[in-house]
Amino acid sequence: MLIIAKRALLAILTIVVVSIVTFLVIQNVPGDPLYEWAMDMVQTSGLDFETAYKIAAQMYGYNPNEPLLERLVTYLKRLLRGNLGYSMIYRASVNEIVAKALPWTAFVVSTALLLSFAIGAALGTAIAWKRRSLLDPLVTGYASLTAATPDYVTAMLLLLFFAIRLKWFPSRGAYDIGLTPGLNLEFIANVLYHAALPILAYTIEGIGGWALAMKGSAVSVLGEDYIMAARARGLKDRRIVTAYLARNSILPLITALAISFGGMFGGSILIETIFNYPGMGWFFSQALMRKDYGMLQGLFLLTITATILANFLADILYAKLDPRVRLEGGR
Amino acid sequence: MRTFLGNKRALAGAAILLLYLLMATVGPYVVPLEAEQHPERALRPPSLEHPLGTDYLGRDVLAQIVHGSRDVLFVAFLAALFAILIAISIGIFAGLKGGITDQVLMTFVNMMLTIPHLPVMMILAAVFRVKDPFSFALILAFWMWAGLARAIRSQVLSLREREFIEAARLLKLGTVHIVFKEILPNVMPYVAINFVSMMRGAIVSSVAIMFLGLAPFSANNWGMMLNMATIQTGAIYIPQALSYVLSPLLAIMLLQLGGYFFAHGLEEIFNPRLRAHE
Repeated sequence: MLIIAKRALLAILTIVVVSIVTFLVIQNVPGDPLYEWAMDMVQTSGLDFETAYKIAAQMYGYNPNEPLLERLVTYLKRLLRGNLGYSMIYRASVNEIVAKALPWTAFVVSTALLLSFAIGAALGTAIAWKRRSLLDPLVTGYASLTAATPDYVTAMLLLLFFAIRLKWFPSRGAYDIGLTPGLNLEFIANVLYHAALPILAYTIEGIGGWALAMKGSAVSVLGEDYIMAARARGLKDRRIVTAYLARNSILPLITALAISFGGMFGGSILIETIFNYPGMGWFFSQALMRKDYGMLQGLFLLTITATILANFLADILYAKLDPRVRLEGGR
Repeated sequence: MRTFLGNKRALAGAAILLLYLLMATVGPYVVPLEAEQHPERALRPPSLEHPLGTDYLGRDVLAQIVHGSRDVLFVAFLAALFAILIAISIGIFAGLKGGITDQVLMTFVNMMLTIPHLPVMMILAAVFRVKDPFSFALILAFWMWAGLARAIRSQVLSLREREFIEAARLLKLGTVHIVFKEILPNVMPYVAINFVSMMRGAIVSSVAIMFLGLAPFSANNWGMMLNMATIQTGAIYIPQALSYVLSPLLAIMLLQLGGYFFAHGLEEIFNPRLRAHE
């Protein structure tokens, strides 16, 4: 219990510190982030500069005349209400943008994660079971190659060959513009068609790591007495592998899987930018490239919070799944 | 040395890294960079005159790759150096001091480790508009040291209880002597292995940040080349420009492979216990 409370405290502390530091960093952006926005308003709506600046400041939740500490308190209060701020380039609240973008990222990343986890775990079990098969060096070599290749290089190569050269897959969007979203077969097929390359990019990168982790775990499980006992009882190989070996070796990997879910937004920045896929990462890089600090701040805080929460949940999950951890924690 | 020559992976990695090192040091003198633009021969496929084709302004791609390797390696080297200096200082300080100092520092380290690095580096690069390799390397390094600091600290904790440190303390040799003569030499092999991995990480991140155009101070960095070829000019959609887009991608990939093999080979040679780590 104590250890969970400690972890929870650290998680909350990290989120608070990151929120404050982010605020301070964004406050110190060189130049005035509101200036351009106000100028834009002057040109499009014919307001005088002062009024336009006031409107911009209000929407952004930022008053340059207020002392820093008061601004910080306003900002933290706003965050506590769940208000992530305002995007200058989209003229919409960050919450609205997240509501649009998050489902796409969650869909692509979780599909890819589960796919690569399943394939990797199966391969890892196989090479641990048959140590001298041809599969082992093949999988290990593949894992080295993908571990060394940055994910964005893989993504660019996929885009270059399968979307641009061969034109097998689209190179932008989550679905064709003409389609109306709905639960019909045409729409779902179109969504899968657009998500195929991003999913493939994550999956290619992910399989190797899961396979090696699973192999390591399975090799140590193979030394356990219950495997010997299962063999002695004359169980079929197939049953030993699925019911005894794989089941027990997958346990330590579950934590890593939970952490990966949290890290999915951070990892999506480059992949979604490369495939022009309108998820969290794509909006994040838009905010970066077009200097939309309001959106940047909101998306970043959400990303950080998700990652930290996932780490925390992974810790708890691990203790729940594996009683041995609880004993160690109680020491 | 014999174990090194016997380790094929380390050897292959070293050969690749040596090739890049030559490219970054001697290369720029062999393949000069042309400043003038030749729009009439933009985005040409490879030829004898331009082995990797030309870019959107008709400049030689090979020359840019060669000059870019210098920029990429320089930033990565600086970042790894800064990160290792921070990691050594904090790790040794926390390990020797112990008590509340150690706890506070380790809480900070754990916080740094749970924050996803790439988004933070990107934000810092964008907000502070980095314009030189030094500040860029500092931003990268600030998010790279935490893991190593934690590892060094636990090494120091175990070294602290060993006889030779005890002896040095009894001889009243002073903290400076203990840190520089007794502890540092013992953590150095570990640091050396980490240096290559850190450079690898710094290359991946710095090229990614440049790819988004967030640190636009070096036009020949591979990340900048990718930024120009995809986001700025859309050359990626033009069939003749294949070699222009492919060159920086393959340059990163081969360098990363070399670093990966070299680092893992070194690990196997110096520290057999780390093999289980893989």
